[in-house]
Amino acid sequence: MALDKPYLDVPGTTIFDAEQSRRGYWLNQFCMSLMKADNRERFKANERAYLNEWDMTEEQKDAVIARDLNWCIRTGGNIYFLAKIGATDGKSFQQMAGSMTGMTEEEYRNMMVAGGRSANGNRVVGEDGDAQAHRQPQGRAGQNAKA
Amino acid sequence: MAHISASVYTSHVPAIGAALDLGKTAEPYWQPVFKGYEYSKQWLQDNPPDVVFLVYNDHATAFSLDIIPTFAIGTAAQFQPADEGWGPRPVPLVHGHPELASHIAHSVIQQDFDLTIVNKMDVDHGLTVPLSLMCGQPQAWPCPVIPFAVNVVQYPVPSGRRCFELGRAIRNAINTFDQDLNVQIWGTGGMSHQLQGPRAGLINKDFDNAFLDHLVNDPEAAVNIPHIDYVREAGSEGIELVMWLIARGAMEDVAKRAPGVAQPQLNLRHRFYHVPASNTAVGHMILENPGR
Repeated sequence: MALDKPYLDVPGTTIFDAEQSRRGYWLNQFCMSLMKADNRERFKANERAYLNEWDMTEEQKDAVIARDLNWCIRTGGNIYFLAKIGATDGKSFQQMAGSMTGMTEEEYRNMMVAGGRSANGNRVVGEDGDAQAHRQPQGRAGQNAKA
Repeated sequence: MAHISASVYTSHVPAIGAALDLGKTAEPYWQPVFKGYEYSKQWLQDNPPDVVFLVYNDHATAFSLDIIPTFAIGTAAQFQPADEGWGPRPVPLVHGHPELASHIAHSVIQQDFDLTIVNKMDVDHGLTVPLSLMCGQPQAWPCPVIPFAVNVVQYPVPSGRRCFELGRAIRNAINTFDQDLNVQIWGTGGMSHQLQGPRAGLINKDFDNAFLDHLVNDPEAAVNIPHIDYVREAGSEGIELVMWLIARGAMEDVAKRAPGVAQPQLNLRHRFYHVPASNTAVGHMILENPGR
């Protein structure tokens, strides 16, 4: 019988459930290894070589090297694990979260100071809020990357 | 006998810890956040507990994907602040209370909640940021702390109902411990926030304030919120709020009593809400049980 997954129609959101966790096991375990200072140094010295020590898919390795957190999440990554990559890079949680929206750091920070992103239009796929697929990327960073 | 005197609720945003550790509390961005805890720091000094039972979640720190316990109680004598990738926070070692923690584990399992017992783990910002907010920057934390970690990382997380009932079981357990200990229970995490995807940065003040209202006056309404409502309304990480319901379920006014026995009234000592701290809405509340 199919599992109950009522969260699949939330826009711009991937719920880390057992299926995602299975897919992302080695990606996330690689991230855990970055909690040790020695491993952070080895990773920074040669990212590809360090990633090759892990039983990750080539796509997962590419996603990590690209620092594309949305891509990492699609391949089974979870943000609390992926945060160890950001920490290794000296990034804050706000910089990491903002990087997934296409906004520049300043644009994202300003949105938060102004009260954050509204839930209106962003509850269900098919509405017209700023997190919906047809409105990506949201900011200058993403638009420049696209151009 | 031991008893619960009060419950404390607070967000546990990592950037708040970083702001404290780096001496940024007076900056205009952070000042309103810390102002909201000034009352609470004084209150804690005026009402010092013997033990804090601290409900939080581990953020892929002590628990990787190798082992994912839904409910884990720390029964060790001490817990080291973790290196989450930025280096460990410069905060004191956390001392546990192995006797009370083991007693609670025994009693709560007998009440049909299958806890994982953890004798060795590091504690991350989920536990240390609430201590910093409530205690400031002391040389040592003012009392022993029992860490109680809830899985809110891998879905499905426990339901609000189950968390609330677990709180009731924890109250029963504490009330049957022979030493005369004053225990506070803290529920942490939340409020609305989403850390992932194009929807990152979601904040919902209406949802959060309704949740705070419910927590004070109508906890059953909060208990009945399904997971999907947290995700849609409060963001994928807003689901951490189920942990507040463990603390709320441990309070005297919701204890199961014989029919006709009046429920005592709680005292709301403090309520605070602010947006933003990094990606997150900060919520905080103190509810006291009536004096004994």
